[in-house]
Amino acid sequence: MQLTLHRSAAPYPPERQRPRVGFFTDTSICIGCKACEVACKEWNNVPADDCGFSGDSYDNTLALGADTWRHVAFIEQRRPLGLREEPGTSLVQEAAAGQLGADGELPVHEDAGFRWLMSSDVCKHCTEAACLEVCPTGSLFRTEFGTVVVQEDVCNGCGYCIPACPFGVIDQRKDDGRAWKCTLCYDRLRDDMEPACAQACPTKSIQFGELEELRARAERRVEQLRGAGEPGAQLYGADPQNGVGGTGAFFLLLDEPETYGLPPDPVDTTRDLTEIWQTAALAGAMLVAGSVLALIGSRR
Amino acid sequence: MTEVRRGPGQVGASPTGAGKGGRGERRMVEPDRPRSYYGRSVIKEPVWSWEIPTYFFVGGLSGGSAVLALLADVSGRPEVARRAWPVSLASAAVSPALLISDLGRPERFYNMLRVAKATSPMSTGTWILTGLSGSNVVATANSLFGWFPRLGPFSKLSAALLGPLLSTYTAVLIADTAVPVWHEARRELPFVFAASSAASAGAAAALLSPRSQAGLGRRLAILGAAGETAASRLMERRLGTLAAPYRTGTAGRLSKLATGMTIAGAGILAVAGRRRPAGRVGGSLLVLAGAATERWSIFKAGFQSARDPQQTVGPQRERLANS
Repeated sequence: MQLTLHRSAAPYPPERQRPRVGFFTDTSICIGCKACEVACKEWNNVPADDCGFSGDSYDNTLALGADTWRHVAFIEQRRPLGLREEPGTSLVQEAAAGQLGADGELPVHEDAGFRWLMSSDVCKHCTEAACLEVCPTGSLFRTEFGTVVVQEDVCNGCGYCIPACPFGVIDQRKDDGRAWKCTLCYDRLRDDMEPACAQACPTKSIQFGELEELRARAERRVEQLRGAGEPGAQLYGADPQNGVGGTGAFFLLLDEPETYGLPPDPVDTTRDLTEIWQTAALAGAMLVAGSVLALIGSRR
Repeated sequence: MTEVRRGPGQVGASPTGAGKGGRGERRMVEPDRPRSYYGRSVIKEPVWSWEIPTYFFVGGLSGGSAVLALLADVSGRPEVARRAWPVSLASAAVSPALLISDLGRPERFYNMLRVAKATSPMSTGTWILTGLSGSNVVATANSLFGWFPRLGPFSKLSAALLGPLLSTYTAVLIADTAVPVWHEARRELPFVFAASSAASAGAAAALLSPRSQAGLGRRLAILGAAGETAASRLMERRLGTLAAPYRTGTAGRLSKLATGMTIAGAGILAVAGRRRPAGRVGGSLLVLAGAATERWSIFKAGFQSARDPQQTVGPQRERLANS
């Protein structure tokens, strides 16, 4: 027996264990159509969320949550124009300073100064899933596909998984009390179908498959993009050495993770649990010691 | 396109993007690059409500009182023991009510009792509370009415051993989350909780015991209050910039209030607690209120910390830069 308060996966008997599956979300080819959001809601019968107008680009969903299991992020970025850019100068000022071409046109295309980043976010299905580790009822469990799923008939709404998740994925459904998140379409997987979001994605930005194969494919894709002059291209979550032992759903990003609202170095805090309990034991001993100290010298 | 790497210092510096109007510095590319997604939080705020910080206090009082009660028993202070045991039992008894009421599905509370899971401090805590409550029923009955003459001493020992765990596991529980102000304080939080429990138990005993035997509780309250103040100061210092929630908003106000009440209460107990009943009562009540407010402050700080994307991203960037 291992003396540690942290474990990565519950083993299944070989005849029940299936290859680990996941998502490779290649954000470089996401067109922001939100078909994934719609397909997910339809298939999983996820209630409508409070859909207002956010003003944050085309994103009115805003974040993953109990009623949002796929979330498409929209980021509008200025990119360097290759022009002299001093604080306070604008294109108009630059034009006035004689930077326009002889024909009166800008020497760069208008769209070269701007780019969209779009990315469909989802539960990461961590190798070391904090939500699953801290769940006191065993409602959260690891499936034979290596994914992390909430058993809604067991969940009693204690809410511990919610601040435990380093990605802010799982949340409580207010009128229902229980915690909800992406199941990676567990029902469809058992019928050898791909998850609804992956099937609905028209550009194959969301790719479903066996994790090993997806990781190899993603490595090739990131090399291709870097070669094509996209130095910001990077894989997020694919590294089994990261703080959650690698994620089952990983991403190809074109900018730093925090730009997309993702934590740059997420950690399964259960990794520190043994140490935290040791500290607590010491603190408990000091409580006893303090009480004894108060006893000594106090008169009857 | 030129790739610009950001240093970790820049991440925490400005939530909306560094370098706007950069006083004479040479402006680098991508000046308006966001450091967060529209300022939204990266992690989720907890969904726990008032029952949880109340339980932190009440559970701590129960755990500390069990230790104090056993010591009072073995040192021949029956009047203290006869009060500390029921205090411990009563506070342990209201705890499940508080915890169940906070559940999203209270009618399913028993699902906690169907598993024992070492990786979940909430599961471990459920069993600590169950064990302490059970022991305490016997211990209190023995102390008050002399029932269970044989089982009594064992139950008292068991309750006193589980007491320190009940007082500190709640710190373990919140430290084992992605909330930066809780997780990054994992080396100090258990000490804050333990000291706060000692202060509460001492103050309750000083408040309820007859004057002739109030010395033990009074001394423990002063000692615990000193420990609580020192441990929380140390926690805030070690948290560095992450301690911001303890200086602003609700958590900041509660933190100041807690420190004020705890120090004032301990001071009154030290100066006037021995001779004047009013000093003993007033000082004890202030220490109790201070301990409760301290837990509220820590609880609220977690929400403020979770809400701020820079609290989550900043330390992670620093970690990546140093690795």
